[in-house]
Amino acid sequence: MTEAPASVTLSDLAQRFPEWVSADGRPGYQGDVVTAGHLREIASALKTDFGYDLLSSVTAADYPVEELQDVIYHFSKSTGGQPLELKCRVPRGEPRLPSLVAIFPGAELQEREAWDLLGIRFEGHPDLRRILTWEGFEGHPLRKDWHEPYFNEEVKPFKDRWPNAKQQPAEQRTVLKDNLKFPPGFNPEGWLQQDDEALYQALKREAVDTPGLISDRIIVNLGPQHPSTHGVFRMAVLLEGETIVSLKPVMGYLHRNHEKIGERNSWIMNIPYTDRLDYITSMSNNFGYVTAVEKLTGVSVPERAEYLRVMMAELTRIASHLISIGFLLNDLGAFYTPSLYALKERELILDVFERVAGSRMMCNYFRFGGVAADLPPGEIERIRGLAFERLPRSVAELDRYLTDSEIVRARCEGIGILPPERALAQSVTGPLLRASGVAYDLRRADPYSIYDRLDFDVVVGRHGDVYDRYRVRLEEIRQSIRILQQVVDGIPEGPILAGKPAWSTRVPAGEVYGRVEGPKGELGFYLVSDGKANPYRYHVRAPCFINLTSLAGMCRGHKIADVVTILGSVDITLGEVDR
Amino acid sequence: MTKTDALIPVEPTVPAELQGLVTLTSLDRIYDWGRRNSVWPMLFGLACCAFEMICTAASRFDFSRFGMEVMRASPRQADVMIVSGTVTKKMAGQVVRLYNQMAEPRYVIAMGACATCGGPFKEGYSVVSGVDKFLPVDVYIPGCPPTPQALLNGLIELQKKIDTESIRTARWYQKGPGESIPVPLLGPDLIDPRRTEEINLLSGAGTTKTAESQSQAEEPAHD
Repeated sequence: MTEAPASVTLSDLAQRFPEWVSADGRPGYQGDVVTAGHLREIASALKTDFGYDLLSSVTAADYPVEELQDVIYHFSKSTGGQPLELKCRVPRGEPRLPSLVAIFPGAELQEREAWDLLGIRFEGHPDLRRILTWEGFEGHPLRKDWHEPYFNEEVKPFKDRWPNAKQQPAEQRTVLKDNLKFPPGFNPEGWLQQDDEALYQALKREAVDTPGLISDRIIVNLGPQHPSTHGVFRMAVLLEGETIVSLKPVMGYLHRNHEKIGERNSWIMNIPYTDRLDYITSMSNNFGYVTAVEKLTGVSVPERAEYLRVMMAELTRIASHLISIGFLLNDLGAFYTPSLYALKERELILDVFERVAGSRMMCNYFRFGGVAADLPPGEIERIRGLAFERLPRSVAELDRYLTDSEIVRARCEGIGILPPERALAQSVTGPLLRASGVAYDLRRADPYSIYDRLDFDVVVGRHGDVYDRYRVRLEEIRQSIRILQQVVDGIPEGPILAGKPAWSTRVPAGEVYGRVEGPKGELGFYLVSDGKANPYRYHVRAPCFINLTSLAGMCRGHKIADVVTILGSVDITLGEVDR
Repeated sequence: MTKTDALIPVEPTVPAELQGLVTLTSLDRIYDWGRRNSVWPMLFGLACCAFEMICTAASRFDFSRFGMEVMRASPRQADVMIVSGTVTKKMAGQVVRLYNQMAEPRYVIAMGACATCGGPFKEGYSVVSGVDKFLPVDVYIPGCPPTPQALLNGLIELQKKIDTESIRTARWYQKGPGESIPVPLLGPDLIDPRRTEEINLLSGAGTTKTAESQSQAEEPAHD
C-alpha cells in the first residue's frame, strides 16, 4: 500500500491531454475540468495507464447562476492513495454527457441517479431510467430551482421559526393541504399509472441464454414487501424454470430526500440526518460526514476525541457485521434463531451507545472537531469488558456454530461468485470487494483519523462467493475487536472537542470529498460550500447503493432461492440505498 | 326443583361442585380475551424503526410474552400492521394494498415519527405526511425511533383497545362489505383516488403559485 500523491498523476494527465484537461480555477475547488467530448478517452487512459481502476463516485451539482451543471467523478486506485477528481461542466439547458458505463460499469446506477435527480442525460447508457423517484415524476428535484410542495425557504433556519417564531403548519402552505404538487392543468381522472414495461424490456434485453432445455420465461417480482429483502427493496427477476437469466434491482421505495433536505439544513443540522442513512451504522455515518467537513474547515481534532471516534466506529462495525451474519442465516432458512444470537451481542453495543450518546440507534454523537460527550464514569471498564471478554467469546461461539455447518457450506460455497476484476469495475467496496480478494480498505488505503497508528489486518477472501463474504465479515469483527483493545488501552485524557460547542459552523467556500471505510464499504461525502451557513451541494456516496450494481451479475445462472442468499451477503440497508 | 325453576336468578351462579372448573363470562369478554392475546404482527419493515421492531421481537424484549410471537410475512395471516418507518409516495400504494389484503379484524400501529406525521423527513418531496392519510391508525407511538419499550407499550395500548371491543359494535361484524381503501396512484405526484376532484379543481391554477400567494395573504392575520 504505497501512497502516490495524487498531484503527480494530475499533472501527468494534463501533460498527456493538454487541450482537454485544465485545472478547476474556482477558489477552494480541486481537481481538473475535462471537456465532455473527450471524457471517455481520458477515463480509459486513467484506467489502463494510470492505475485508477475504481470509479468511486459519480455525481453532479447544479449551478443555475452560471447556467452550468458540474458532473463530478472520483477515481481511486485499488492499491491506495487519494482519489482523483475530474469534472465536466455541461450547459444547464442541455446537459448531455457520454456515459462511462462501458469503461466503468460501476457508473450504471450512479448515472441513473444523476439523471433522475439532476436531469443529466448520459448518452450511451444502456438503461437510463429514473431510479429513486418513479417514471412520470415531475421534474428533477435536486436542481436548485425545483421546489418541493412544502417549500418554505431556500435555507434553514426558516425565518418563520427563528427569529419570527410564527410557524405555520406545513400543510397550510399548500393548496391541497398535503405534501402534494401537481403541474398546472393536470387532470387525475382517468390517469393511468405508468407500468413497469420499460423495466421488463430492460430485463429481457439483458437476459443471457442458458444451456439445456428452452422453456417459457417468466417475470417474478421479489419485493418491495418481501421478508428477505431487508427492507423495501424490489428485484425484478426473469426466470427460466428456476434459473435466473436476468435480474434488475428496483429501488427508491425509501427515498427520503436526504440530499435535498441536506442542502436546506445548516452544516451541523445534517449530523442527525446522517444517522438515518444506514440506520444500523449511525456512528460511522457521523464519522464520514464530520471527516468531510473537517477537511474543508481544517480544524484539528483532539487526541482523545479521535480515540473515542475510532472506538465508536469499530463498535458500529462489529454490530453491523453481527447483523449481517445473523440475517444471512435468516435468508438461508435458519429462521430467526441465529439472528437472536447476533442481536443479543448487538444489544450490549447499543447499551454502550445509549450510555455514551443518549440513544440506541440514532446516536448523533460526532461534532465538527470532536465528539458531543465524554464517556460516563466507569464506561471505559465496561467497554474493556466487551473488548477483552464478551465479544471475543461470542465471535468464537458464532464461528463454532456456523463456519463448519454443513448446511451453511452447502448453501454458500460457490454461490454468487464475484471475480475481483468485475468487483473493481463495478465500483464494489467494503467486505464484498475484500471477499473477492482485493485488499482495499480505506483505513489502510487512504488512512484517516488514527488508523495509521493502529495494528490490524485487512481481511481478504479468495473465491468471492457468499461463504467468503461471511468469513470476511466474521474475521473483520475479530480485527475490530483488536482495534478496540488497542484503543481502550491507549486512550489518553484530554479535551474531546476543539474549541467551544457551537450551533453554527463557518465553512470556507470550496468543495471536498471526504470518505471513511464504513461497515458496508466506502462511505463518501461530496460537499460544496459557498461560504454560507448551509452546504450548497451535499451528496452521499452510499456503499450499499453502489454495491448493488454487482447484484445482477452475481445472481445470473443461479436458482431463485439463491438470490435471497446473495442479497443477504451483499448486506444492504435500504436507508442508505435510497437515501 | 320444578318450583324453583321459575326463580332462576339473572346472574347465574356456578354450583359448588363445579367451582374452579367452570367460569362464567360474557361473549364479548372471551372474544376480546382471545383476540388480545394472539395479535400477530405482519413481518413488514419500512425503515429504521423496523430494526427496533426486530429488537423487540428478539430475546431481550421478546414480545411473545404478550402473544405476539408469530410474525407473518403474508398480510393474510396477520392481525396488526406495524408501520415501522417512513412511508414514501412510491411505497404508499403497496402499504395500502397490504392493508387491504389483511383479513379483518385488523389493526394499524403507526410506529415512530415518520409513520405518525412524516417525522424529520416531512419536508421532503417524496414522503407521505403520516400513514393516517391513507389508513385508519389505532395506536401512534412517538419516537425516532421508539425504543423497544415504547413499542411494547404501544402494543399493550392496542391490547387495551381490543379489550373495549364488542362484537355488536365492531366494524367488521356489521352488515355490508368490508372497507377497502382505494390504492393511490403515482402520477406527477401521489394521486389519492378519493381526492381526484379536488386535485382537478385546484391544479388548474398551478399549486405552488397559489400556495405562496395564499400564505402571503394569511400572513397579516397572524400578526
